[in-house]
Amino acid sequence: MRRLISLAVGIAVLLGGAVAYVVSARNTGAATNAVPVVEDAALHLDRTDLFFRNLADGPDQGKLAAVPAADPGAARRVGELSCDRFAAARGTAICLRLQPAALPPLTDILVLDRNLSVIHEETLPGTPSRARVAPNGRIVNWTLFVSGDSYAASGFSTRTGMYNLDTDELTKTVEQLPIFIDGKRYFASDVNFWGITFDAAAERFYVTMASKGKTYLIDVDFAAYQGKAIAQNVECPSLSPDGRRIAYKQKIADGKWRLAVMELATGKISHPADDRLLDDQPVWKDDKTLIYPIRTPDGKTGIWSVGLTGPPKLLVDNATSPSLGGLQ
Amino acid sequence: MYLAGTRAADQAAARATPESPDQPPVRRSKVLSRVPGTVLVLGIVSLVTDISAEMVTAILPLYLVFGLGLNPLQFGLLDGLYAGATAVLRLVGGHLADRWQRLKAIAGIGYGLSAVAKLGFLAAGSSVPAIGAVLAVDRAGKGIRTAPRDAIISLSTPPEDQGRAFGVHRTLDTIGAFLGPLVAAAILFLALNNYDAVFVTSFALATCAVLILLALAPNQHRRKTESNRPSIRESLNLLREASFRRCCVWAAALGLFTITDSFVYLALQRRWDLDTHFFPLLPIGTAGTFILLAIPLGRLGDRIGRWKVFIGGHLALVAALVLIFGPVGTWWLVLALHGAFYAATDGVLPAAAGPMLPEHLRATGLAVLQTGQALARMASAVTVGLLWTVWDVKPALLAITAALLVVTLAAAIRRPLEAIR
Repeated sequence: MRRLISLAVGIAVLLGGAVAYVVSARNTGAATNAVPVVEDAALHLDRTDLFFRNLADGPDQGKLAAVPAADPGAARRVGELSCDRFAAARGTAICLRLQPAALPPLTDILVLDRNLSVIHEETLPGTPSRARVAPNGRIVNWTLFVSGDSYAASGFSTRTGMYNLDTDELTKTVEQLPIFIDGKRYFASDVNFWGITFDAAAERFYVTMASKGKTYLIDVDFAAYQGKAIAQNVECPSLSPDGRRIAYKQKIADGKWRLAVMELATGKISHPADDRLLDDQPVWKDDKTLIYPIRTPDGKTGIWSVGLTGPPKLLVDNATSPSLGGLQ
Repeated sequence: MYLAGTRAADQAAARATPESPDQPPVRRSKVLSRVPGTVLVLGIVSLVTDISAEMVTAILPLYLVFGLGLNPLQFGLLDGLYAGATAVLRLVGGHLADRWQRLKAIAGIGYGLSAVAKLGFLAAGSSVPAIGAVLAVDRAGKGIRTAPRDAIISLSTPPEDQGRAFGVHRTLDTIGAFLGPLVAAAILFLALNNYDAVFVTSFALATCAVLILLALAPNQHRRKTESNRPSIRESLNLLREASFRRCCVWAAALGLFTITDSFVYLALQRRWDLDTHFFPLLPIGTAGTFILLAIPLGRLGDRIGRWKVFIGGHLALVAALVLIFGPVGTWWLVLALHGAFYAATDGVLPAAAGPMLPEHLRATGLAVLQTGQALARMASAVTVGLLWTVWDVKPALLAITAALLVVTLAAAIRRPLEAIR
């Protein structure tokens, strides 16, 4: 009997403690912003603005924010929109937003116009990973992480899709894309695609494909809808505005990547002066400058910039998912 | 050893001792009336543990990507390693439980490790190696506890009711797995997407399960003599026992051609072109059928012979795979057959093999049997993946289905378990 009473007390204490923790967790958010923030700003896609997801503690954490690209230290302006990933080009933007408390996770994919009003919406399974708008502003694409369900193995996979604003055509996944490696059609059950980047005319795109522990840079003829592998260990490609170079995260070991740039014509690889761990798709500010988020060892993420030569510099602290308002 | 305890637990413990004859069970509901209290206790322990485990599994990708901003592909590589380590630890857990004659203690250590691991997520922060270590501890706990727990179920139940007992345990276990993601979603909702709240709740539930186990499950009242302390050599000698060896060999042989769940779901999704929204929900169909069928099929095994049910389960899997490629059938029928396959095999195998093992080697024997089957299934997953690459999906699955059918028919003809009856 004593044993039963101790059991009941033990269970009551444990469950009571859990309930108390859950309740207290509701009130952990900071009441004031840790950095200067201009609230209720009417954001619109201005090519002189740098957009990002605000990570600074406070009520506006998670919101889409903007600063002048020429003065990134200025107070960040936020509106109502929250995005986990954001990208824009030529008057069109894409915002990926994880649905709260949805299990298995679901992501809302919002297509936005110049004034950041929603013009199209999709909901797909997975968690937001990458987002891009083609330079012509007519095709948006995204990558979502999809996890194995709870009863199967705990492997992760990625699902990359796109939406064409002109034809209203939704491609939920590019997995069916025929791929050629060394001239031979490649088949595998474990292919994953992520990180699309379109060329200026939206006639080609580049994307990462992973299979059997290797990652490939795939060059895709969009009209013919087939792709060929042109390099290895190239992830999250980003095509420069002049179409000559691809900036990407170069896999140097399992779970380790750094920023690298490849000349498409020669295949020559160069390394900008930043060898820290990079885990995102870089953004070209112009033909010679790159922007990307870096998570420093103290756990903070900020947006950095580096030229093809010269040292990197911090643009915005406590921020991620950078995009210019429409230059590219 | 404890003195006071519940009637059900005492009675179950009494059953475990060879001296005591079968006693009329205490009155419970009709379905469960012949299930020993110990089995119900272990079933509830598993139910609560599975809620705790599955709530973490459900949020882990979200937590890694969103809570911490890590890349989940940094973790995928360790998966195979963990699976292998879990298999080895199951053998270690089974052997030590028998050697020290401490089934409950070793099971408790396994459950305890997994409970502590839940708090480890809070301590690990965003360090990738620390999170890897926490995941390893969690899976080590799972590996260690399985064999002693199944041995307690087996030893608490008279030989003629083993199928029903394992059916009840696995049903409760799967109900927990079912509830886990729902509980996690509710907590994320209540705690405003605070992931730490899910880990804390998961820890609290896992610890409750350990307390229930310690307070309500009986220690095994076995005679402690030196001769009953099995050495590694004696454990290895188990495989010289013809009937048990055949049981292990056939279970592993069938495992070699058992297609992994993810391939079944992938093929099913392609065959009926199911929406991707639907994909994460497919396992619920399998689990739902499992919950409905595990007890009836366990009882059927007690009545007509467990090996027949075990073979029948594999035929259900063959039928499911044939449906995927045939012109007739629907996706839900495939899921029902897939669930029936698990219901006819998962608990039925230890129920079939348990009574042929000596009591002091029960945990070791069950560990050997289930590890062999698990390793064979891992090999199958690799093979199917390779064939899929070389031949594409249809020929790969057809080949493995044909092979499974041949082995199943051979196993039906050889009837390894009937030999000792």
